[in-house]
Amino acid sequence: MEFLQPPGWREALEARAAHPDALPIWGGTDVMVELNFARTRPAALLDLTHVPELSRWESEDGGVRIGAGVTYTRLIAELGDRLPGLAMASRTVGSPQIRNRGTIGGNLGSSSPAGDALPPLYAAGASVEVASVRGARRIPIDEFIVGPKRNVLGEDELIAGVFVPVRDDAAQQFAKVGTRNAMVIAVCSFAVDVSEGRVGTCIGSAGPTPIRAREAEAFAASAAPEDAAAREFGELVAAAASPIDDVRGTAAYRRHALSVLARRTITWAWETRCA
Amino acid sequence: MSTVTEVANGIGQSVRRPDGIPKVKGEFAYSSDMWADGMLWGATLRSPHPRARVLSIDIAAALAVPGVFAVLTHEDVPGRKTYGLEHHDQPVLAFDEVRYQGEPVAVVAADHPETARYAASKIEVAYEELEPLVDPEFALSDASPPLHPGGNLLRHVYIEHGPEPGEADVVVSGEYEVGMQDQAFLGPESGLAIPAEDGGVDLFIATQWLHVDRDQVAACLDLPLEKVRFTLAGVGGAFGGREDVSMQAHACLLALHTGRPVKMVYGREESFFGHVHRHPARMRYEHGAYADGRLAWVRARILLDGGAYASSSSAVCSNAASFALGPYVVPSARIDSYVVYTDNPPCGAMRGFGAVQTCFAHEAQMDKLAAALDMDPVQLRRRNAMETGSSMPTGAPINCPAPVDELLRLVHERPLPEGDGAVPGGVANVTRGEGVVRGVGYAVGFKNVGFSEGFDDFSTARVRLSEVRGEPLVEVHTAACEVGQGLVTVMAQIARTELGVENVLVLPADTQVGSAGSSSASRQTHMTGGAVQAACRAVREEWEGRGAIGDGIEATREYHHRLTQKLDAKGQGDAHVTFAFAAHRAVVDVDTELGLVRVVEIATAQDVGKAMNPLAVEGQIEGGIAQGLGLALMEEIQVVDGLVRNASFTDYLIPTILDMPPVELDVLELGDPDSPYGLRGIGEPPTISSTPAVVAAVRAATGRELRRVPLRPDDMIGL
Ligand SMILES: Cc1cc2nc3c(=O)[nH]c(=O)nc-3n(C[C@H](O)[C@H](O)[C@H](O)COP(=O)(O)OP(=O)(O)OC[C@H]3O[C@@H](n4cnc5c(N)ncnc54)[C@H](O)[C@@H]3O)c2cc1C
Repeated sequence: MEFLQPPGWREALEARAAHPDALPIWGGTDVMVELNFARTRPAALLDLTHVPELSRWESEDGGVRIGAGVTYTRLIAELGDRLPGLAMASRTVGSPQIRNRGTIGGNLGSSSPAGDALPPLYAAGASVEVASVRGARRIPIDEFIVGPKRNVLGEDELIAGVFVPVRDDAAQQFAKVGTRNAMVIAVCSFAVDVSEGRVGTCIGSAGPTPIRAREAEAFAASAAPEDAAAREFGELVAAAASPIDDVRGTAAYRRHALSVLARRTITWAWETRCA
Repeated sequence: MSTVTEVANGIGQSVRRPDGIPKVKGEFAYSSDMWADGMLWGATLRSPHPRARVLSIDIAAALAVPGVFAVLTHEDVPGRKTYGLEHHDQPVLAFDEVRYQGEPVAVVAADHPETARYAASKIEVAYEELEPLVDPEFALSDASPPLHPGGNLLRHVYIEHGPEPGEADVVVSGEYEVGMQDQAFLGPESGLAIPAEDGGVDLFIATQWLHVDRDQVAACLDLPLEKVRFTLAGVGGAFGGREDVSMQAHACLLALHTGRPVKMVYGREESFFGHVHRHPARMRYEHGAYADGRLAWVRARILLDGGAYASSSSAVCSNAASFALGPYVVPSARIDSYVVYTDNPPCGAMRGFGAVQTCFAHEAQMDKLAAALDMDPVQLRRRNAMETGSSMPTGAPINCPAPVDELLRLVHERPLPEGDGAVPGGVANVTRGEGVVRGVGYAVGFKNVGFSEGFDDFSTARVRLSEVRGEPLVEVHTAACEVGQGLVTVMAQIARTELGVENVLVLPADTQVGSAGSSSASRQTHMTGGAVQAACRAVREEWEGRGAIGDGIEATREYHHRLTQKLDAKGQGDAHVTFAFAAHRAVVDVDTELGLVRVVEIATAQDVGKAMNPLAVEGQIEGGIAQGLGLALMEEIQVVDGLVRNASFTDYLIPTILDMPPVELDVLELGDPDSPYGLRGIGEPPTISSTPAVVAAVRAATGRELRRVPLRPDDMIGL
């Protein structure tokens, strides 16, 4: 297996264009598992860890642009104040070793419906920045991911980063159900992002992709912050999920748990905004 | 010559493990780390089907892969084609039929592990799939197709204790289920076989019992015992899962066939198919009691799923029967315990060995009874507690300290923990207290130490005293397997105490000395400790007689425990050597809307007879509780239609450090009259009653019946 290690972003894009069958790798916390189980046998690996541009983040108009190579540990430490929902989600990822190594770009690249960084990004209305030697484009995240572990990344493209809008006084929450207290793939999860006149949501691990609960969003954006509304919101979120039975849980449980998570998290978000 | 009291690091002291720091630093050599010049790698082709006829096996394509040195099938097994601990019913490599998913069909040796695996995938096996027999209840009926010549009933133990159950003021009944737990040891099955010049073979292997492995493998290889030499390699946990042979015979066959050293290492997924698991159980219980809380009688029916091969199923079945009632005085009981063959994964030994399943059921029954009698559940248990002299349902009296009442009192009287602000789910942020209810639950359990039912169980130790540069040195040589339990320190501690010599070397365990028996049944410190003690005493006597060490003093001694009896047709007999008891109190916080649990604290009390190494005692107790907690809340191999759905640590969940609560510990040292230093095995009791204590606490919090472990969120919230 060939091993490509470009020293910068331009070289990375060139390498990608020249080797469309090379598999990009950053933290390797998904890729190495696939290789170990011999589920993939790529002709080459394209190691992006030496591309300094990828591990930066910066403020932009109306939000933050996070490079694909920013790890969970850094999201928690450096962006916890601006993007609390993403930081909450990052804290639930794996173990310290995985959070030190795993990246937001890797989570986007894997496009798993159980990817924990994804629900807060959906709820905030983030867009994924992809690039190739032909140029760069930004794609709304819910158009980037199109199925279980499937996205629209072109053969010659790499994920450069993700742009996350930051709104004044936004209250964000993320909650994840797992059957143990650490190192667990989400049975289901929920993110909510509440700001003036806008409520963003996303359901994780209860459908082929992360799912925004649009009806629930519209309802909550105009609802008075009361118990009954929180309950109704929970029901609408549960209705938007399309869970299945699998080894990690039943569809019925997932739907029920989502109604509870949604009710609780919107209540906390409302409390924050009222305070 | 120094005296017993002077020596440092003798018995009763918290001696550190010599392998502790290397293990933490990743420097310890496990069996999977071994390497030899010119070594080949073995790989195993396994059946994808739970039940099928093997019509043909074509190895031509595999043999043609460059780098492949051998591809072997059942035809290449020179000796006995089957093995097994109690019955030789398990093929070394499948012939005629496969009976469970993952059954080995062929093995390959190649110069690279990946080449070996690739070649294995090129072997063409023609199967005729058969309908798998997966329901143990159906297996028990006459209508089921026999999977083995003797039919599907592997063993039935019936116990008739006291008069026919009669009057009772209150009767409670219940049905209970235990899922299939895995030992989940971290070091997968592995070993290195090296062909020897004498036509024999040396195997370096992670196992629990070198001699019984060796005997089975020698028979399959058709070699005399002295040509098959086994040495213990670094063991990464066992818990019963290494009592059966896995890759031992395969590696030896490949090494003898190729004339090259052959190493085999299972991956994590393969490991789930490579060893036996804890028997799933279905149990039906009926308890009758008098109004004052005294038990009148119990009826119990236990059905264990043995899976495809016998392993140690019949002993597990018998143990489940012996300990079906718990450590209580019961005047009358009728117990039926069955174990059957199915096409599910084979089950065998796992920490607690039959007593775990029944403890879950009898403790649930005791809580039910307490509720029906409107009594405090601890009071009810204490009223019925066994003591020394109480009769086992198998007829014989309890012959050792049986502080059941005292253990319950200790856990009950401990102050309850305060709230500490932590919530179920932790950083997963599911609750800030909404839906959270605290629950407290109690359980007590017991089991036999050592092998039962007339087995002449023994261990052997060779001890040599010599003088090296004017200083005395003791070498201890046994075949006893250090599997993480701490035997390595205990043997040295005994030698120091007995001989007053600080400098003790524990030699590698191998088959060049007599059998030590298995590192299982909480027996090894008792049995091998006894053998080391006896050998040391013989050396000491000689030393005192001579007055000098001279050119060395050596003694080899066997330690046998007292003989026990087989059970008769009514399940009666003095079947067990001695017993170990423990009690647990669990405090849990349950998110009653989400069915998520945080165990806040476990309090436990256990009689260890004599704490040979108090630090190691604490480690065993905490580790055992973690395993019990795992069975209560998460650990289950999910098998559907004979197929395992979660053969990975992604989906077979074991507790992490964040799931494990603080343990409050009371250790009693009520010396056993019949064991070396009065010690009593400690490995299993922590795993037995911790599970029902956690479940009782969750019941208290949720008000639900919870008949099955591991608990599922759906059950806890009543979905
Ligand atoms: C023990 C363990 C626990 C885990 N726990 C969790 C958990 O709790 N929650 C969770 O969400 N995930 C979890 N994961 C999965 C994994 O850690 C995350 O998905 C992580 O974000 C992957 O990041 P990475 O940098 O390691 O990605 P890699 O493994 O390097 O890559 C992942 C995918 O993204 C692609 N990729 C990476 N970077 C780029 C790029 N710049 N451009 C294009 N494609 C790219 C790769 O080709 C690959 O397809 C766990 C993994 C392990 C091994």
